[in-house]
Amino acid sequence: MNFNFTFIGQLIAFVVFVVFCMKYVWPPLMAAIEERQKKIADGLEASERAEKDLELAQSKATEQLKEAKAQAAEIIEQAKKRANQLVDEETQKGHAEREKIIASGYAEVEAERNRAKEELRKQVAALAVAGAQQILQREIDAEAQNDIVEKLVAEL
Amino acid sequence: MASEYTTSEYIKHHLTNATMCSTDSGVAFNKACADAGFWAIHVDTLAWSVGLGILFLWLFRRVAKNATTGVPGKMQAFVELIVEFVDDNVKSTYHGRSGLIAPLALTIFMWVLLMNLMDLVPVDLLPWIAGLIGQYGFGMDPHDVYMKAVPTTDLNLTFALAAGVFILILFYSIKMKGIGGFTKELTMQPFGHPVFIPVNFILESVTLLARPLSLALRLFGNLYASELIFILIATIGLAQLPLHFMWAVFHILVLPLQAFIFMMLTIVYLSLASEDH
Repeated sequence: MNFNFTFIGQLIAFVVFVVFCMKYVWPPLMAAIEERQKKIADGLEASERAEKDLELAQSKATEQLKEAKAQAAEIIEQAKKRANQLVDEETQKGHAEREKIIASGYAEVEAERNRAKEELRKQVAALAVAGAQQILQREIDAEAQNDIVEKLVAEL
Repeated sequence: MASEYTTSEYIKHHLTNATMCSTDSGVAFNKACADAGFWAIHVDTLAWSVGLGILFLWLFRRVAKNATTGVPGKMQAFVELIVEFVDDNVKSTYHGRSGLIAPLALTIFMWVLLMNLMDLVPVDLLPWIAGLIGQYGFGMDPHDVYMKAVPTTDLNLTFALAAGVFILILFYSIKMKGIGGFTKELTMQPFGHPVFIPVNFILESVTLLARPLSLALRLFGNLYASELIFILIATIGLAQLPLHFMWAVFHILVLPLQAFIFMMLTIVYLSLASEDH
C-alpha cells in the first residue's frame, strides 16, 4: 500500500464525475421530479375544486328537488279543490233540476185535475138538467124553470 | 484459497494492488515497480473505480434523459428515490443556494456505495479470474497477478476524494467569507485576542485539516478492515461458509452506511465552510 500517482488519477476522475453529474445528470432528474410534483399539486388542487363544485351542485339539486316537490303538492291541492268545487256545483245543479221537474209534475197534475173537475161539473150539470127536464116535462114547462136550473148549475 | 500459498502469503497477495509504472525499459508491472515511488499507478483501483463511476453516471444519465414527468418506470422510480434522498439530506443540512453541493453529494454517495459494494463480491473470484487471464493471456505466474477489487480499500482513492472535498471547503470558505474573513476565522477563534493568534492558528488548522483526514481514513479504515476480515474468513476452510454469510449480511448495513457518512460529512463540512459567523 503506497501513496502514488493513483491519487492524482482518482482526483481527476472525481472532479470529472462530479462535473458530469452536475451538468448532465442532476438538472434533468430534478426538473422531472419538480415537474411531477407540480403536476401532482395541480391535480390535488383540481380534485379539491371539483369536490367543492360537486358539493355545490348537489346542494343546488336538493334545493330544486324540494322546490319541485312543494310545487307539485300545491298543484295537487289546487286540483283537489277544483274537483270538489266541480262536484258541488254539479250536485247543486242536479238538485235544482230535480226540484224543477218535480214542480212541473205537480203543476201538470193540478191542471189535469182542474180540467177533469170542470168536465165532471159540466157532465153533472148536464145530467142534472137532463134529470130535471125529464121530471119537469111531466109537470111544468121547461122554459119557466130555466132560471132555477141555471142557478143550480152555477152552484156546482 | 490456492493450496500453494501459505496463509500470510495469501493475505498479502489479496491486499496488494496491481501496480503499473514506467521504467527505463518501458512499462513495467507489480514487483518491477517496487522502487518507482510516487510515479506508479494502481491499475486495479483506477480501473474499478472509474468503471463503477461510469456505470453510475451512465445509468443515471440514461434515466435522466428518458425521465418522464408522468408515471415513472421502476428504474426511474429507483433513481428518483436516491436523488430525492440525497436532495432531502442536502436541503436539511446545507442552507445556502448552490448548484454544486447536491450533485456532489449524489456522486459521492453513489460512487462510494458502488465501490464499497465490491466488498461483497467473493474475495477470491476477481483475483482468480485475473490470475487466469494473466496466466493464459500473458503467460504470467498467477502469483504475480494482483487484483484488489475494492477501490475504497486503497488510501489513494479515499485521500483523492477527501482532497476534492477539502479543496471545495477552502473554495467555499473563501467565496463566502472572503480571504480576510477566512483568515480571521483561522486566527481569531476561539480566543479573540491578538496575543492568541499563533495558538488559534494551530488549533484551527488542525480542525481544518482533521476534516479531510478523518474523511479519508474513516472510509479507508472501515473498508480495509472489513476486506481483511473477509480474507481471513476465507482462510479457515469449510467453516467460512456461515461466517462469511454473517459477515456479508452485516456489510449490507456497513457499506451503504459508510457511503452515507462520507456524503453527509461532506455536506456538513461544506455547510460549515459556507456559514458566515
